[in-house]
Amino acid sequence: MCGIVGLFLKTERHRPELGRLTAMMLHEMRGRGPDSAGFAMYDAGTPGTTRLTLLSEGREPEWSPIAKGLETVLHAEVTVKSIQDHAVFSTTGDGRTARQWIIDNVPDVDVLSHGEQIELYKSVGDPDLVASRYDLASRAGTHAIAHTRMATESAVTTNGSHPFATGADTCLVHNGSLSNHNQLRLKLEQHGESFQTENDTEVAAGYLSWRIRSGDTIDEALQHALADLDGFYTLAIGIENGFAILRDPIACKPAVVAETDDWVAMSSEYRAIAHLPDVDDASVFEPDPATIYTWSLAS
Amino acid sequence: MNMTATTFDLEESTLRAVNSSLHGANEISYRIVNPRGAHALAAGINSQIEVEIEGSVGYYCAGMNQLGTVRVDGNASTGLAENMMSGLVHITGSATMSAGASGNGGLLVIEGNSGARCGISMKGVDIVVGGNVGHMSAFMGQAGNLVVLGDAAADLGDSCYEPNIFVRGDVESLGADCTEKDLRPEHVDTLTRLLESSGLSADPRDFRRYGSARTLYNFHPDDIDAELAAKED
Repeated sequence: MCGIVGLFLKTERHRPELGRLTAMMLHEMRGRGPDSAGFAMYDAGTPGTTRLTLLSEGREPEWSPIAKGLETVLHAEVTVKSIQDHAVFSTTGDGRTARQWIIDNVPDVDVLSHGEQIELYKSVGDPDLVASRYDLASRAGTHAIAHTRMATESAVTTNGSHPFATGADTCLVHNGSLSNHNQLRLKLEQHGESFQTENDTEVAAGYLSWRIRSGDTIDEALQHALADLDGFYTLAIGIENGFAILRDPIACKPAVVAETDDWVAMSSEYRAIAHLPDVDDASVFEPDPATIYTWSLAS
Repeated sequence: MNMTATTFDLEESTLRAVNSSLHGANEISYRIVNPRGAHALAAGINSQIEVEIEGSVGYYCAGMNQLGTVRVDGNASTGLAENMMSGLVHITGSATMSAGASGNGGLLVIEGNSGARCGISMKGVDIVVGGNVGHMSAFMGQAGNLVVLGDAAADLGDSCYEPNIFVRGDVESLGADCTEKDLRPEHVDTLTRLLESSGLSADPRDFRRYGSARTLYNFHPDDIDAELAAKED
């Protein structure tokens, strides 16, 4: 099953309450995914400063030795903000280099995301508890992607929780299952993508990262994804200053979108959208199969 | 709106309590407010009651409806009126996947669009859609009428048996063994009746009719009567 939600704020109006609205949407999707949850939050960030969200599952490790090690590699200062078993490292050094160094050198730590705009939190447990543990409701920002998971094909672990992010400021949540992820993972590894789990959705995230890194726009990347991803999927995708939705051609995994002048919301079910401000004035529609939907902030 | 109706507010009452009241109905008219996408609302009605729902509903609204009239002022999600047996289900907005799935009888009216697989495995229900229908609509449909005032997406009527499919707009593609058929006077009569019942206006002569090409059928001598009947159609 799984429940997915995305909220993209087109105007300033609701940005201070992005977290509260996302938590409300996530709460409604608990029934679709009671075993684990995660969310990615995007804000304007500081141009030139990369944030890496790191996870050391179930522990609150000494982050400073890791940060010190990273400073040596990046030749740039790394500041640390920890929250429970997650930490956000900020640096003006190269984000991709930092991610790879941690993957290669700090085996107990996962890099959940990196980029100028994104922070990403995930954990096993009731979605409401996950949201409160990582302070979702008090966060502000421009857009959010979140997920509640009901594991069907692998264990209930934080590693299997969504969202997944492998490239800068690019993340996605997925309802469905991919059937060609092993083959695709090998191909992507040859193109320089690195993965931290055996999860099929991480491969989809890696695929988009690879296409975008190779120069595709998000529309082009998703056009390629329609040809290369085999399986069932409804995807909600966060990118730098943007938001996208893609469903496979059979489209058996549900999706509904609502849009007002201020926001675009997407979810597996309407009840996640039903409590958003001004929802009665929203234009509500079901995204078509094999059709790319994108929104971006005017820069 | 019927102001004498018994009103339930789903912000205050539980879904289970509301549905139980509808099942043990001792009133004629009910009104439900604040549905906020709740699932299985007004499912399993088994008497001649009228239910008006103000707002959008979730999955399986009015499923298995028998005798009842359910009107939704809003949109509906997956499985609207699935397996309905009789009565009327009418929504002013759009429905997502599998509206009217397996319906045996009655009339389902969707004023807006319907998503994929509208009328999948329909077994006698009449479905009238004011807008477009998604891909694989009337897939494996057996009987009944699907009337589409807008367009139909890919693979319309795939592997269908004997439903009548009427489309006024464009058909992206026909599914396996589905073919266009003549629109004869009795079909114009059927369309006239269904359009009138649904309150949607269109000229019945603007529709094209689709149905089974019967190339997937395997007949045995025992079925000769059915074969003769099929040739007359």
